[in-house]
Amino acid sequence: MTPAIQESASPLPFGLMHEHGGGPASKRIVVAYGFWIFILGDMVMFSALFAAYAVLSGNTAGGPTAAELFNLPNVFIETMCLLVSSYTCGLGVLSAERRRLLPFFAFAALTFVLGSVFLIIEAREFAGMVEKGAGPSRSGFLSAFFTLVGTHGAHVTAGLIALVYLVIQVIAKGLQAAVLRRLLCWSLFWHALDIVWVGVFTLVYLMGVRH
Amino acid sequence: MLGRLSWDAIPFNEPLPLATGAVLAIVIVAVLILITVKGWWPYLWREWLTSVDHKRIGVMYVTLGLVMLLRGYSDAIMMRTQQAIAVGSAQGYLPPEHYNQIFSAHGTIMIFFVAMPLVIGLMNFAVPLQLGVRDVAFPVLNSVSLWLTATGALLINMSLVIGNFARTGWMGYPPLSELAFSPDVGVDYYLWSLQISGVGTLLTGINFVTTILKMRAPGMTYFRMPVFCWTALAANLLIVAAFPVLTATFVMLLLDRYLGMHFFTNDGGGNQMMYVNLFWAWGHPEVYILILPAFGIYSEVVATFSGKGLFSYRSMVWATLGICILSFMVWLHHFFTMGAGANVNAFFGIMSSIIAVPTGVKVFNWLFTMFRGRIVFTTPMLFAVGFIVTFVIGGLTGVLLAVPPVDFVLHNSAFLVAHFHNVIIGGVVFGVLAGINYWFPKAFGFTLDERLGHASFWCWLFGFYLAFMPLYWLGLLGMTRRLEHIPDPTWQPLLLVAEGGAILIFCGILCQIAQLYVSIRARKQHLDSTGDPWNGRTLEWATASPPPPYNFAVLPKVESIDAFWHMKHEGRASDEHAYEAIEMPRNSPAGFITAFFAVVMGFSLIWHIWWLALLGFLAAATMVLIAGWSTEREDEISAAEVARMERGRLGHRA
Repeated sequence: MTPAIQESASPLPFGLMHEHGGGPASKRIVVAYGFWIFILGDMVMFSALFAAYAVLSGNTAGGPTAAELFNLPNVFIETMCLLVSSYTCGLGVLSAERRRLLPFFAFAALTFVLGSVFLIIEAREFAGMVEKGAGPSRSGFLSAFFTLVGTHGAHVTAGLIALVYLVIQVIAKGLQAAVLRRLLCWSLFWHALDIVWVGVFTLVYLMGVRH
Repeated sequence: MLGRLSWDAIPFNEPLPLATGAVLAIVIVAVLILITVKGWWPYLWREWLTSVDHKRIGVMYVTLGLVMLLRGYSDAIMMRTQQAIAVGSAQGYLPPEHYNQIFSAHGTIMIFFVAMPLVIGLMNFAVPLQLGVRDVAFPVLNSVSLWLTATGALLINMSLVIGNFARTGWMGYPPLSELAFSPDVGVDYYLWSLQISGVGTLLTGINFVTTILKMRAPGMTYFRMPVFCWTALAANLLIVAAFPVLTATFVMLLLDRYLGMHFFTNDGGGNQMMYVNLFWAWGHPEVYILILPAFGIYSEVVATFSGKGLFSYRSMVWATLGICILSFMVWLHHFFTMGAGANVNAFFGIMSSIIAVPTGVKVFNWLFTMFRGRIVFTTPMLFAVGFIVTFVIGGLTGVLLAVPPVDFVLHNSAFLVAHFHNVIIGGVVFGVLAGINYWFPKAFGFTLDERLGHASFWCWLFGFYLAFMPLYWLGLLGMTRRLEHIPDPTWQPLLLVAEGGAILIFCGILCQIAQLYVSIRARKQHLDSTGDPWNGRTLEWATASPPPPYNFAVLPKVESIDAFWHMKHEGRASDEHAYEAIEMPRNSPAGFITAFFAVVMGFSLIWHIWWLALLGFLAAATMVLIAGWSTEREDEISAAEVARMERGRLGHRA
C-alpha cells in the first residue's frame, strides 16, 4: 500500500496549495472518503424531504394536525434508543479496531437491540396513526411526514441488515482489513442517521407540538 | 398476474411507433445473430460487458450516448417537420397524443441519455489518465453506474412499443403528471427510467469526486491538475449535491401516483410549485454538470492546438469553482412567472446575470490562449472556435432571459427553446464532439479522418444557426414552445428554414458516421504509434495509444502543470524504468447482472406487476450483498509482461 497523501499546512481550505502530493491514497482512506461523499449525497436527499415537510406541514386539508397526533414521551424514548445506539456502535467499532472480539459482539448486539426498539416504536406510531385515519394519503402534511420519517426508518432498517451481515462476516472471516473498512463505513452511516434524527426530532416533533 | 400489461399495450393502431419498433427489433435481432454466428459473445462478455476498466467503460458510455443521439434526433426532425407543415388549415401528420410524447421523449433522452452519457463517458476515459493513475477509486461501482444508465435508456426505449411515454414535457410538471391527468404508464416510464439511471449517475459522482481528490500521481497537487480534471471535479461535486434532490422529488411524485399521497396534487393540501422548485434545484446545477466538463475539453483542445499553455490557468480554476457554487443560487429563473414577488425575482435575476462574469473570464482565457499561438485547425479546434462564437450568443440571450420583465414576455416561447439549444448544442454537444475527435486516437490507436471531420463541423455549425436563429425570431413574434399546430401562416417560412437547419445537422451526423467508417477502414494509414499524435501537454499522452490496461507502468512524477509537456522538454518522456508487477481489479459481472434485475424491477413497477418487482428488487439486493462479501478482486500483471508492453512502445517513440 502507498502512503496517504500528506496534507501540509496551507492558507487555503482542503490543502489546496500543498506541493507534496504523494500519489494515490491508501485503500482505507479512499473507501472511507468515498463513503463520506455518499453520506453527503444522502444528506442532500434528506434535506429535500425536510424542505418538502416544511412547505407542507401546515397543509392538513381539514385532517388532524401535528399537535393532535404526536406523542412526545414516546418519541423521547425512541430518540434515546437511537442516540445510545450510536454510542454503543462507536464502542463496538473501537473494540473491533483493537481486535477485541467479545466486546465487539456485545456492543453490536446492543446496537442491534436498540435500533430494533427504535423501529418497533416507530412502526407502532405509524400503525396507530393509520388506524385513526391519519395515514399518508390523508393530507399533504401527512404525506410529507410519513415520507420523511419513513425514509429515515428505511435507512435504519437497512443499517440493521448491514450490521447483521457484517457480524456474520466477522464470524466467518475474522477482522481482516476489508471487513474493518466496511465496519468503519457502517458506523459512519449509523452516526449520520443519528444526525438526521436530531433534525426530525426538532423540526418535526418538537416544533410540531409547539404549534 | 401481469398487472396493467395486456395486448392493448402494443400500439397496433398507430403505424409510426409500430414501424419504428419493428425496425428497431429487426436491427437488434440482426446484431445479436451476427454476434452469435461470429462467436463474439465470449469476447464481448470478457472484454466489455464485465469490464471494470475506466477506458472501456468510457467508450461504452460514449457509444450509448451516440446511439441515443440518433433516437433523440429522430424525435427532433419529426417535430420540426410537423411544425413546418401543420400550418393554418393543414393538420400535419402527427396527432397531438403522439406529438406530445415526442417532445417529452426528445428532451428526456437528449439530457439524460445523450448529454449525460457522453460527458460522463469522456470523464471516465480521460480523467484517470490525466491524473496519472491506473483506475478510478471504485472500478466495480463504475461498471454498475454504466449499466444502470443503460437500464434507464432501455426502459425509455421500451415505451416506444410497449405502452406509451409521458405527454408532460421533459420536466414532468404536476398536476399534469399526477395520476388524475396522466393515468397510463407514460409518466411511470419517465419516472422509473430516470430514477434508476439517476442512481447510476450519483454513484459516478461519488466515484469521481473520490478519484480526483484522493487518487493522483505523485506530485500532482491540485494546482497541477489539468483543467479538464478541475471541471470534472466541479461537475461531479454538483452531481453529488444535486441528483439526490431529483431522486427525492421523483420519490414524492411516485408516492402520489402509486400510494395516493398529496405532495403535488390539486386536492388534499398538495403544492405543485414545490415540484417546480425542487426540480430546478436539481435542474440548474444539471446545466453546469453538462457544460463544465465541456469547458474543460475546450481548455485542453485550445491549449494543445495553440501550442501554448492555457492563459491564466488559475483564473480558469477559480471561474470553474465560482460557477459551481453560483449554479445553486439561480434555480428560480426557470419560473419567474410563478409570481414569487419582485424582490425574489430581482435576486435570482441578478444572480443569474452574475454567472456571466466567470463565464466571460473563461472566454477571454481561451481567446488569449490562442493569441499569438501557432494554431492548428484540426477538427477539435474547429469545434472549439465554433463554440466560442456560438456560446457567446447563447450566453447573451441567457442574460436577456435573466431579466424578469423580459422573461415574463418570453417565458416558454420559442426564444427560450432557441436559447437553451444554443448553449447545449453550441456548448455541450460541440464540446463532446471536440472531445471525441481529440481523444479518439488515444482510445483506439489511430486518428479520425480530418476531411470528414471538418465537413461534419461545418454542417453542425451552419445547421445549428439555420435551425435555431429562426426560433429566436419566432419567439419574439409570440410563438410558444411545444406547438403541435401553427395558427399563424406568416411563421411558416421561418419554420421551413429551421427544418432545413435540422436536415443540415443530420448531414453533420452522416459525415461523422462516414468519418468513423472511413477512419476504421484506413486505420493503418492513421496509426498513432507514439501515443502523442497532437503534441499534447497532459499525462494521457505520456502513455501508449491505446493505453495498456494499467495506463502507466510506473506512475509519472509530476513537477508542474502541463506535466507531459515539461517531461518532453526535459527529455524525460522516454525514460526506461525498472518495471514491477501491477495489480489490477478483476472483471466483474456485478454491474451487468444488477442492471438486468433493475430492468426487471423497473418494468414491473411501471406495469404494476408487484410480485415480479419484488423478485427483481430482492435479486438486485442480493447482488449488492454478494459484492459486499468478496475481498479478492485483483489480477496480477507480471513485471516481465509489463516490460514487454512498454518496450514495444518506447521503441516507436525513440
